[in-house]
Amino acid sequence: MEKTVIRAKEFSHFFGSAPALKRINLEIFENEIFGIIGPAGSGKSTFLRALNRLNDLIPGSRTEGMLEIRGRDVNAPGISVVELRRRLGMVFAIPVPLPRSIFENVAFGARLAGEKSRGRLTELVADCLKKTALWEEVMDRLDSSALKLSGGQQQRLCLARILALKPEFIMLDEPTSGLDPISTMKIEETLRKFRSEYTIILVTNNTKQAARVADRTAFFLDGELVEVERTDKVFSAPSDKRTNDYISGKFG
Amino acid sequence: MRVRIDPRAEQQFFRALLWLLTGVTIFILFFIIFYVLKKGLPVVSLEFLTKNPVEMGKAGGIFSTILGTVALTLLAILIASPLGIGSAIYLTEYTRENWVTRVIRFGSECLAGIPSIIFGLFGFIFFVVKLGLGWSLLSGGLTLAFMILPTIIRTSEEAIRSVPYCYREVSFSLGGTRWQTVTRVVLPSALPGIATGIMLGIGRSIGETAAVIFTAGSSLHIPTSLFSSSRTMSVHFYILAREGISMSKAYGTAAVLIVAILAINIVAYTLMNRFMRKYR
Repeated sequence: MEKTVIRAKEFSHFFGSAPALKRINLEIFENEIFGIIGPAGSGKSTFLRALNRLNDLIPGSRTEGMLEIRGRDVNAPGISVVELRRRLGMVFAIPVPLPRSIFENVAFGARLAGEKSRGRLTELVADCLKKTALWEEVMDRLDSSALKLSGGQQQRLCLARILALKPEFIMLDEPTSGLDPISTMKIEETLRKFRSEYTIILVTNNTKQAARVADRTAFFLDGELVEVERTDKVFSAPSDKRTNDYISGKFG
Repeated sequence: MRVRIDPRAEQQFFRALLWLLTGVTIFILFFIIFYVLKKGLPVVSLEFLTKNPVEMGKAGGIFSTILGTVALTLLAILIASPLGIGSAIYLTEYTRENWVTRVIRFGSECLAGIPSIIFGLFGFIFFVVKLGLGWSLLSGGLTLAFMILPTIIRTSEEAIRSVPYCYREVSFSLGGTRWQTVTRVVLPSALPGIATGIMLGIGRSIGETAAVIFTAGSSLHIPTSLFSSSRTMSVHFYILAREGISMSKAYGTAAVLIVAILAINIVAYTLMNRFMRKYR
């Protein structure tokens, strides 16, 4: 029996008066890869950013309804945003290595949390780079700039960077939209391996990617959740016509 | 029928015109530097740099005025940098654009346009007389600091604003607080721009005369504390020339001043380049 770890109940998100998410109801289970597909502007990214409250940075951001992680509302007054964000590692669409060395990029989150021991940091960085299959490629130049890596390497570095937070969830916002097929494949392989350890939410505008890696897939359209089902079912026998139109390429 | 100008001739004409305008600018710049150095450099010697002025500057060197200039500039920068960078951080990272930020920005822009002699007068009335600091390095440093503050705020603000927004997002998403984001991500990336503002401030402080003469005084003694009156090189130059004490010593002082400003700029840009190359 799957254990629900994230639950949205009638959850809406507004920027100013415009709703970006409209009364979403969904559940995400532990240790699954949860895919979210939908055209641009459908609210996919807003949903991720509502989970780690990155939307707070935008003026006029407001929520209604409930969004729970392990039974606790993320918008409850007592929640520590810093701690919340550490639990939900996030990878962005464009790889954003900070203008520092490879080592310092991976160690960044741990340093923010106050880790100072060089020994523990070294161990952590090596461990995270190994998990993202980047270690072999960069082990001899950890002190060189992260900006010199290729796009695919940079994205795997960003993945390693959030692993260093020891998160429970990994959220990816169109992580391969700027990458070539081989780099994309490497990221997808890594995600499959992570399934046993983390709960993964993968937002993608590439429907085939969702079909390849996601256990269940949700289809968002204009801020509404159209349908959420087992991925094979979404792609073989969608229950909503709009889903069918989208995945067969009639719009979007 | 209208006369048609051949587009190629037009192109050539404006190219020549713009070249001429640029040429005149550069010529004036080099002419000034060349003229001052030609008149001044023959006076400059090791003795000129290391001996104190004798007989009001008619003889001897300019050592105490070099010390005075360095001390005053350093003081001004040490006071103005934290204030200016702090304000810039507040304006960009801690508030949203509203009427308060607009008032602050408008105020600091007005401050930038005030002639330096007014700052001198203000410094004299407020620091020297009212606060009783007397003609001193402290009065002069505070006055100069207020004078260069707008420049530092403005350039720092621009530098901070130009740091890509996604760096902040990454830092926040990795569990960074706002302060950590500012100090570990934003400021390091904005450093070259901020340093440029500080350099401009140093340049203005070193050459400033009007704001300093009323506040730091014109003592030729080596300053021994923050409360010593002291004469800067530019003030020394002004007095030597104005009172007709010694034109050759005046040009010597001017030459040292110009070379110092050039050297500071070159060193600063070299350091900055070296720093930036590390991770770009």
